[in-house]
Amino acid sequence: MFKLLKYALYDILKSRFAIIYTVFLALVAISIYQVSDDLSKVSLSLMNIMILFIPLISAVFATTHFYNNLEFIELMLAQPVKRIHVISSQLLAVIIMLSLSLILGFGLPMILWGADSSLLTLLAVGVILSTVFTGFAFWASVLSRDKAKAIGLSLALWIYFSLVYDGLVLYIIYSFADYPLEKTTLALVMLNPVDLGRILMLMQLDISALMGYTGAFFQQFFSSGSGVSVAIGSLALWILIPTISTARVFNKRDF
Amino acid sequence: MISVKNISKKFGKLQVLKEFNLEFELGNSYALMGPNGSGKTTLIKTILGMVIPDSGDITVASQSIKGDVTYRKQIGYMPQIGHYPSNMKIGQLFSMMKDMRPEIKTYDLDLMEAFGLEEMKEKALGTLSGGTRQKVSAALAFLFNPEILILDEPTAGLDPIAVELFKAKIKKEREKGKLILITSHILSDLEELTNRAVYIYEGEVFFSDTIEELKEITGESKFSPAIARLMEWTLKKKSTNPQLSHV
Amino acid sequence: MKRLFLLALTLIFLGFSAEAAKIILKPGQSIQAAVDRATPGDTLFFSPGNYQASAVTIRKPLSLIGENYPVMDGEGKGNIFLVAAENVLIRGLKFINTGKSNMDDSAAIKFFDSKNCVIENNILEETFFGLHFSNSSHLTIRNNKIKASASREFEVGNGIHLWKCKDNLIEKNEVSGHRDGIYLEFVTNSLAKENLIHGNMRYGLHFMFAHDNTYLKNTFRRNGAGVAVMYTKNVTMQENRFEENWGSSAYGILLKDISDSKVIGNVFQKNTVGIYMEGSSRIDFKDNNFKENGWALKLMASCDQNLFEANNFTRNTFDISTNGNTVLNELKENYWDKYEGYDLNRDKIGDVPYRPINLYSVIVEKIPASVMLWRSFMVTLLDKMEKILPTMTPNEMIDHSPKMRPYDFG
Repeated sequence: MFKLLKYALYDILKSRFAIIYTVFLALVAISIYQVSDDLSKVSLSLMNIMILFIPLISAVFATTHFYNNLEFIELMLAQPVKRIHVISSQLLAVIIMLSLSLILGFGLPMILWGADSSLLTLLAVGVILSTVFTGFAFWASVLSRDKAKAIGLSLALWIYFSLVYDGLVLYIIYSFADYPLEKTTLALVMLNPVDLGRILMLMQLDISALMGYTGAFFQQFFSSGSGVSVAIGSLALWILIPTISTARVFNKRDF
Repeated sequence: MISVKNISKKFGKLQVLKEFNLEFELGNSYALMGPNGSGKTTLIKTILGMVIPDSGDITVASQSIKGDVTYRKQIGYMPQIGHYPSNMKIGQLFSMMKDMRPEIKTYDLDLMEAFGLEEMKEKALGTLSGGTRQKVSAALAFLFNPEILILDEPTAGLDPIAVELFKAKIKKEREKGKLILITSHILSDLEELTNRAVYIYEGEVFFSDTIEELKEITGESKFSPAIARLMEWTLKKKSTNPQLSHV
Repeated sequence: MKRLFLLALTLIFLGFSAEAAKIILKPGQSIQAAVDRATPGDTLFFSPGNYQASAVTIRKPLSLIGENYPVMDGEGKGNIFLVAAENVLIRGLKFINTGKSNMDDSAAIKFFDSKNCVIENNILEETFFGLHFSNSSHLTIRNNKIKASASREFEVGNGIHLWKCKDNLIEKNEVSGHRDGIYLEFVTNSLAKENLIHGNMRYGLHFMFAHDNTYLKNTFRRNGAGVAVMYTKNVTMQENRFEENWGSSAYGILLKDISDSKVIGNVFQKNTVGIYMEGSSRIDFKDNNFKENGWALKLMASCDQNLFEANNFTRNTFDISTNGNTVLNELKENYWDKYEGYDLNRDKIGDVPYRPINLYSVIVEKIPASVMLWRSFMVTLLDKMEKILPTMTPNEMIDHSPKMRPYDFG
């Protein structure tokens, strides 16, 4: 397993994409640091970019990477190694690469110009979103035999969680505006990793004050021990569900 | 050595292998033949565990391969087209493969030397030509001195000198008493390298015996016409098959 | 005859004051006894040290002056000083530990029916109310430091509390930790300037029915709910700073039923809501700097005929939100940092009007629960669409002459 991971990592970390992605993230962070004059503004701007692009890039890259490595995966399957180790090493390699790029790209400017707890949360949320969407992408990849279909499915998942889901939420909130919706919205947040990451960030940024009663309710929830556990638990589920499904499908897949 | 027992496999609606039974013995070299889509590659991949059969079982050295991966240590596999991580160098690929079989300490470096791969150690795999990549695949298949060699279209894409070197190596291994399984469309190669013929048609074994027997049954004295005769028979069988006659 | 008597009386007083006595008090001596013995116009000097002082009552013109802040310790019982007189001067004293009862509104100094009094350079600590004035006039309240440290709103009174007073000057005081920093009710013709009011439980400045007052160069910072002013007309607020009033119901300033007033040259920075307005009309907002607020303005539909001219709106999360569709206020020549227009004729005024209300702020106003979608990609998309094709945002809320560059207010 670790040997497989070592070689998968070696391959992916030296890829052109890893370098371009890191530089891209660093440039984004540097330019945001240059134009913003306080850290909470930096956090907000970085968050806006992160919430949108990290899942997208993770989904597309992970799918492409899986298909580019399909023959290598087949080569590995002919070796005396377990399937679960083959797929988890590939998955982990992509997650580690995306996370490292993010931590380096966003982290170096933070070391240079300072960071606070909200920026550290930002990194954590970024790593989690990279993991979740890599999981989705691999799941889409092992499900379909066609690269285009897999990318399509990954993109559909991204659009769903970044856009469509929030539209549905707005529709629900709008339709039931006369009822107390705090608990419902909280549950709805848990059901979308992107929303959950975003809300966790917003809570860190002390802008819950702008969010009125709902914000106060969220703040109270996310600062309580059980609230934190629920949030961490659902993030863990969002990581585990796609990765475990990937492993299950991969174990039965024909090559 | 390898027993394929009642293997069935469907890809969607397409039945690729039907209650497939076959034995491969050590010391023999098998030519695996059949028209495109007959199930050759599926059979090989099933033996390697890359395709999981719907029913039936395969044993390698009397051990079922279900849920087992260690049996693959006894198999050297050369894929039809080898794709490798493009950022990896040839040397790294070989050390990685060695890394995966840490208990094997002696390596068969004949092909590496013959193909001059040692000198190309620092070349990235992504930059290699198709032929060189085939050489890499071939060298890898033989590297661990396995009991079983499965070679899928081994000579395709190799230059004539390399083909000759490679064939010499296959013959040498065959003489050591290994089990060799070759698919190829180049019948002359098969005739040269194998002593048994397996002809698969529509997911079933149509013929499996020695090449002498094949020649006798078909009444041909040469390998190629014998195979051609087999193919004719399969077509006849198809036309006389009542279930398919309406097609 | 009566007039003659009055004249005589005045002469007697003048005579006294001409040779006003200087009485020196030492710690341990009774303040009340000294006050009672003193004749009008006398000056009581307090030597440094601790004095027990509870309900010291002053009914004649006196000066009470402390050296090195002698401590008037109320020992937790009721008021410390009670004043009902004219021409009283209290300077350089330190008042601590009034009673903490809501029943009698204990204060460090409580003035009734007084006139021409000066209260300056005092320190007040742990007082329930700080300075409490009723039915008085011509007061000068200057340079006092008033500090409490209660943890809940009902455990403390107001720092400077005036009820039914007129013609006063409140300047350079610092008030913190009280319920309201400065509380004015039925107070007229007064000027509050250069006060620093911070960290109070409820409002930094709170007034009602307090017409014709001016607030100049005060700083209101981090008060529980900012500043709230109500039911008043003819107010001038100039060059004040309203800062860091942050919380789910905190405002830089809350204007309720205020009319015919001017809000000029103020800075609103880092407030949840810079200005919240309802039922207010005919107020001119000019040269104000709104920056880094959650909402710069929340303008309820009950406001009309207000003018917002030449203000800067920079780095606010939302510039303006409103709850209705009719807008009877005017916006002109403001600078909006979110403005994306152009200026072809180079007159420094943007050629396309600016709509300061974005769709999402309208949605949030209608359905508060939708804040959970804040900063999501979908909301960004919705806002962009609304900018191109306005459908839900009020049509009249528009600045036809947005400035291309921010004003420099120094």
